[in-house]
Amino acid sequence: MRWIRRHFIGFIAILVLVYLFVPIAVVAVLSFNNPEGKYNTRWNEFSFDAWTNICGVPGVCDSFVISVRIGIISTLVATILGTMIAFGLVRYRFRGRSSTNLLIFLPMATPEVVMGASLLALFLNLRFPLGEMTIIIAHIMFTISFVVVTVKARLQGMDPGLEEAARDLYAGPGATFRFVTFPLVAPGIAGAALLGFSLSFDDFIISFFNAGTVVTFPIYIWGAAQRGIPVQVNALATLVFMIALAIVLITQLVGSRRRKMLEQEISRKSSSVDALVPKS
Amino acid sequence: MGERLQRNVEDLHLSNLTKKFGDVAAVDDLTLTIPAGSFFALLGASGCGKTTTLRMVAGLEDPTSGRIAIGEKDITALRAFQRPVNTVFQSYALFPHLDIFENVAFGLRRRGIKKVEPAVNAMLELVELAPMARRKPTQLSGGQQQRVAVARALINEPDVLLLDEPLGALDLKLRRQMQIELKRIQTEVGTTFVHVTHDQEEAMTMADTIAVMNAGRIEQLGDPASIYELPHTVFVANFLGQSNLFAGTRVATNPGMLEVLANGVKFLVPTARNSAPGDEVIVGIRPEKMTVLDIPDREKVPSGNNALEGRVVDVSYAGVSTQYLITLAWGQNITVFEQNVVVGDRSSVGDQVLVHWSPEHTFGLAGGETLLATTAQAIAAGV
Repeated sequence: MRWIRRHFIGFIAILVLVYLFVPIAVVAVLSFNNPEGKYNTRWNEFSFDAWTNICGVPGVCDSFVISVRIGIISTLVATILGTMIAFGLVRYRFRGRSSTNLLIFLPMATPEVVMGASLLALFLNLRFPLGEMTIIIAHIMFTISFVVVTVKARLQGMDPGLEEAARDLYAGPGATFRFVTFPLVAPGIAGAALLGFSLSFDDFIISFFNAGTVVTFPIYIWGAAQRGIPVQVNALATLVFMIALAIVLITQLVGSRRRKMLEQEISRKSSSVDALVPKS
Repeated sequence: MGERLQRNVEDLHLSNLTKKFGDVAAVDDLTLTIPAGSFFALLGASGCGKTTTLRMVAGLEDPTSGRIAIGEKDITALRAFQRPVNTVFQSYALFPHLDIFENVAFGLRRRGIKKVEPAVNAMLELVELAPMARRKPTQLSGGQQQRVAVARALINEPDVLLLDEPLGALDLKLRRQMQIELKRIQTEVGTTFVHVTHDQEEAMTMADTIAVMNAGRIEQLGDPASIYELPHTVFVANFLGQSNLFAGTRVATNPGMLEVLANGVKFLVPTARNSAPGDEVIVGIRPEKMTVLDIPDREKVPSGNNALEGRVVDVSYAGVSTQYLITLAWGQNITVFEQNVVVGDRSSVGDQVLVHWSPEHTFGLAGGETLLATTAQAIAAGV
């Protein structure tokens, strides 16, 4: 008891982490299951089948590829447009700027069911054939808001003096953007793109309204859930999770490696320098 | 750096330069020549237009009218990146994503110079930061960042280096150190430095020539000593150091000497030191030029000196000097600094004293009572 009391915060933290990660762990563990019946909910026996034959169930991989494709295209378009909107909103004063700022938030606040339904009504009225194209249009529409908000925050945090300094140091408008503005805003843009992709990849509600006959990965899982989800879905989901985890780990590792190298260099050189060594 | 000294540096000319923001003129019809190779300070309170002037020279702000030229070459229409002028920004504005070496190399690279190492290393040597070349700006102290900002601008061998309150973010001790450092660098490279500051002491320590600015105009221009010893306007008399001022009327003009009557007291002002055109004259004297005596020592006052009687209301001992606040018969307070040459023997609060000074330190300014009051308020509000 005393041990728990002394480590109370750590104890609670572990509980919270367990709460967060158990569902993911269950998905991953069940991807190695060989279920008894149609439903992959109870552990039966260990098997690599789902992993070695990941596309074994008809439709799984097709839907996965479709979702990745939609994700990439809509992220690309939304990131470019959203970044441009963010620059416009932060850098220029124009009529309707404040209302644009407000309207940009609207898609984030609108319930997805409402947005999905109204987009469907729009496409039907325009006699626009439903399919991958309509899904992409819908995804661009709602991811753009997130991109604008993320990039805007980054831009607003940037010292306007930096661009003036670049201009002062013989960089024309193009060079200023290429060598100063873009490198400084790039982390914000990359973050926005990652966020946009994950929003697009797992969107179900809006996609479902506007998909027509196209089956995205979330729609496939929803459909499969009626008849029992194949183990391959667990395997693919685990794979996606691993890739995301790997991206995070690599960024962390690269960051800390660079910091360490720098610190070594500093301690090596500071013997010859009377100057302060930063605490960080 | 040798060949740099022989480089043909040219004067910077500002002609009828005006910048309006809406209806307000931040810089008002400014005409000024800054001599090549000088350390020039634009001194003024915040909002006096000094930074706007600097930004127009840098090309970061477009003048409403007027022209800017270096030597014979008109640069008014050139964009910031086309001008042979570089700036040390108040916030330093070092590029956080580049290391110190690349920060300093930035200007050279943008001009398409391929081999930058020798120049960058020499410049880092000059500002004593060579061992820091591969660090990022955030890993440097304020003083070091300041020197990087100077190096990054100077490496381009600009015709004019602009410094916008470059020491504002540093603490007092470091600021003193950097003042000397900047002065050393300026002497070494021989480039024209235009330094904007609100700190009169900083301007006097570093600059060869000071232009005191007020409300978008230049009040007075000259070397620090001559401006301090002989201010031409009430603003300068109060902004650059302190002054005791008495508004009065000219009653007689003797050869070389003016007699001014203020509050019933007669003051002598040398004609050569009077800048008032009419009969209304403000008599001024710097606090350290005055001597405090006890009333019985009246005969010690040299004949021909200006003298006043008053009561000491405050004495503050400041090591090198003692500062007296003295109330005169008509209620005005004056300040007197006395060097602590003699130990002890100081007047104390409540003493009736006699204050006197030589007319040769006295100056005459244009204006009357109202100008005195409004200027004092403006300075108090601005600084």
